[in-house]
Amino acid sequence: MTLELFFQYLVAGLTYGSIYAVVAIGFNIIYNATGVINFAQGEFVMLGGMIAVSLHRFAPLPVAIAGAVAATAAVGALVELTCVRWLTRPSVLRLIVITIGVAILLREAALFAWGEGVRSLPYFTGDEVTALSFHGVSVSPQALWVLGTTALTVALLAFFFGHTMLGREMRACAANRDAAALCGIPTRNLVTLAFVLSAAIGALAGCVVSPITYTSYAIGGALAIKGFTVAILGGLGNGAGAVAAGLLLGMLESLSVSVLPTAYKDVVTLTILLAILFVRPSGLFGGREASRI
Amino acid sequence: MRGRRHLQVVVLAAAVAGVQLATLAAGKGFFLTQLTMSAYATLVALGLSLLMGYAGQVSLGQAGFFAIGGYTSAVLTTLDLGGHRGRPLWAAAERLGLLAERPDLFGGATLSVAPWAAGVAAVLLGAAVAFSLGVPVLRLRGHYLAMATLAFGTIVSSIVVGTQAFGAADGISGVPPLVLAPGLRVGGGAADRVENYYLAWGLVALAMLLLSNLIHSRAGRALGAIHGAEDAAAAMGVDTGRMKQKTFVLAGVMATVAGVLLTHYNGGIGPSEASVMKSVRTVAVVAVGGMGSLWGTLAASAVLNFLSLRGYFGAYDDAVFGGILVAVMLFSPDGILRGDLGALASRLAARRKSPGEEA
Amino acid sequence: MALLEVDGLSKRFGGVRAVHGVSFRVEKGAVKGVIGPNGAGKTTLFDLLSGFRAPDEGAVRLRGRRIDGRAPHEIAALGLSRTFQNLKLFSHMTVLENVMVGRHTRSRGGFLSGMLSLPGARRQERRIEAAALEAMDFLGISALAGSAAGSLSYGQQRGVELARALAAEPELLLLDEPAAGLNMRETADLARLIGRIRGRGTTVLIVEHDMSLVMGTCDEVVVLCFGEKIADAAPQVVQRDPDVVRVYLGE
Repeated sequence: MTLELFFQYLVAGLTYGSIYAVVAIGFNIIYNATGVINFAQGEFVMLGGMIAVSLHRFAPLPVAIAGAVAATAAVGALVELTCVRWLTRPSVLRLIVITIGVAILLREAALFAWGEGVRSLPYFTGDEVTALSFHGVSVSPQALWVLGTTALTVALLAFFFGHTMLGREMRACAANRDAAALCGIPTRNLVTLAFVLSAAIGALAGCVVSPITYTSYAIGGALAIKGFTVAILGGLGNGAGAVAAGLLLGMLESLSVSVLPTAYKDVVTLTILLAILFVRPSGLFGGREASRI
Repeated sequence: MRGRRHLQVVVLAAAVAGVQLATLAAGKGFFLTQLTMSAYATLVALGLSLLMGYAGQVSLGQAGFFAIGGYTSAVLTTLDLGGHRGRPLWAAAERLGLLAERPDLFGGATLSVAPWAAGVAAVLLGAAVAFSLGVPVLRLRGHYLAMATLAFGTIVSSIVVGTQAFGAADGISGVPPLVLAPGLRVGGGAADRVENYYLAWGLVALAMLLLSNLIHSRAGRALGAIHGAEDAAAAMGVDTGRMKQKTFVLAGVMATVAGVLLTHYNGGIGPSEASVMKSVRTVAVVAVGGMGSLWGTLAASAVLNFLSLRGYFGAYDDAVFGGILVAVMLFSPDGILRGDLGALASRLAARRKSPGEEA
Repeated sequence: MALLEVDGLSKRFGGVRAVHGVSFRVEKGAVKGVIGPNGAGKTTLFDLLSGFRAPDEGAVRLRGRRIDGRAPHEIAALGLSRTFQNLKLFSHMTVLENVMVGRHTRSRGGFLSGMLSLPGARRQERRIEAAALEAMDFLGISALAGSAAGSLSYGQQRGVELARALAAEPELLLLDEPAAGLNMRETADLARLIGRIRGRGTTVLIVEHDMSLVMGTCDEVVVLCFGEKIADAAPQVVQRDPDVVRVYLGE
């Protein structure tokens, strides 16, 4: 393999990897706030892209994207309000099954609303054939949009959780819910906020990546699994870990295409997931003891 | 107690016969096809019910085992081994009955693995996979276990859809019937409908009997203990890891067997049988019927699968199961049909109960 | 050889030494108590003895055989039974079924014999039920046999957990704060019960806070403080030990 080709794969891997990282961060936010793994996380990404495409038919691109993010965030809040908030001490089993059901309902609703067709937003700058060239490697500007948006999202979230009152309250809520409640922190509203945040960043990711990967009603499932793999690999609940793991997985997946038939690309990710779960569920960067949950 | 359980199975047998006669009378004999398919889906659900309700483990991989059973059977029985005819090893295999003739596409005859041998191989493979998967998977809990089984199911699904040898998106067809005894076979056409119906539901009745026995035995109690308070179960001497693994293998094998039989019945299999959505539907059925409630699961499975196969849910099939799942889990996590078919039967059996015997 | 020999047991969690160099013996037929202020390491000690945690150092021997680091179910099969501080009953099962699980180590039969309901398995079921009823009778809770374990009062649930542990006919019974949540009368009943358990030949090791129970029923008392043993003698001696007094009452 030539160096140029390697870098080509690398760029592709980083692009996809950053999307996986965003999905994983969404998992982590909700997991940190509630201990729930939200199987519907991938559907938020799907909804972002789909809604943006529909809005774009009568609104300029930035407005369409903003609208899609807002709408999906609202969906996230709705899911939390109807399915999570009023449950008293639900068992893990029950929550897993509920979020699976929610994922299916969201997917089927998308199918009903938009049909089976594949759609995408236009490239933010240029079009499919525009390419920036760095030392013989062609990079689509959209890939830079993806990487840039992801980096910005991660930075903003880091600032939010590290330096704002609200962010600190959410971290307190995650660390010890009862203690946080005793301190007067409105834990139930923060849980809703967690869902809103996760949905919003997922939607944004869905918008920015749709010119490259296209969007359809069915993309949520695979994204959820990959996002989960990344979240576990990076250590569940660990934001920085998710970023590193996402980029790593993206690159592994991308490079695997050079040795295995593309049909098996997913199998690579899944096998990695199983391997992590079996060998080191706490992921590469530590975190909680997974098997004792 | 045992009397009550046997009575429940008798009631089931009567209901099965009753339904068949009803379809005959109403001229809806073709319903039997979907009812037979529901029976095999029920086998998968019963295994999951045991796993979820007693071992307390959620598995999203039952369709994966179903596919292992179905595809192994399908591939082996549609192999074209005609070229090896006469060679010593193959001749010996043919004499042992491992290989059988089947008609090929062009009116001639070729050699493949005999259905019964293929079925045995499929079940052994399913058991082996369940066994090896079970060891690490069951050390995980909650979300991690669900994700691991989901990953397994998706791997199987990706492999069958992406591999030409498994027919890729078209699946495998032309699978010959499985002959169990002279005159008794799984498969065939409309003429064999009634026979297949009783065969399938007979198998379900047998499974109900065996699983009921299991639940009311020392091993079943140990499983219930694991679900109730795993640490306490271990403290009382229950080898929780081994028990969970055995339950996982049992559920997997039941799904594998169902896969083998349904494939022979339908004469083929496609990648949709391996899809994760199928596993999710099984979870939905078990949730409705009440995890661990075998009779509830049976009723829910029979009804929901029949309606689905007959197309009553139309294009909203997946949505219906997803909605059921959410609704049941939100409002009635113990299941809707928790009641026993045997509550009625127990009143009859009560007269024959000896004093001190537990209800 | 004592029934239970604990030698130099140590366990740390991160920087915290939960148990450090603890050694003691429990003679067959004795009732021995383990006391100490909160955080002294009593629960960790029990977890180490019953296999729920593996020690970093040291050994535990039951009838001369090493049991440290073994899995809980293996230790149970060797004759050790325990109750839990926060009750761990199988709430969805009946009381009788709960106690029958206690007979697990005294019975056999796996999936196959269970599914086929062989005559041998059925005979065994009757024996298990009889033994369970006997244990419940010993504790006076026979009337609760058919009730769902989760529906009982706290005191009744304690009784069920005890019956379950006794049904195993253990050589060594570990009681983890059996008097927690009991009033004075119930504690006195418990003291009498422990005496009756000893009378059946079972050796008992109790972790407790309630001094009257410990002083009244135990032959010897081990005192733990910050994971270390500071006393190991008869109750009256321990009561007068200046180190013990200091730990409980301060300087």
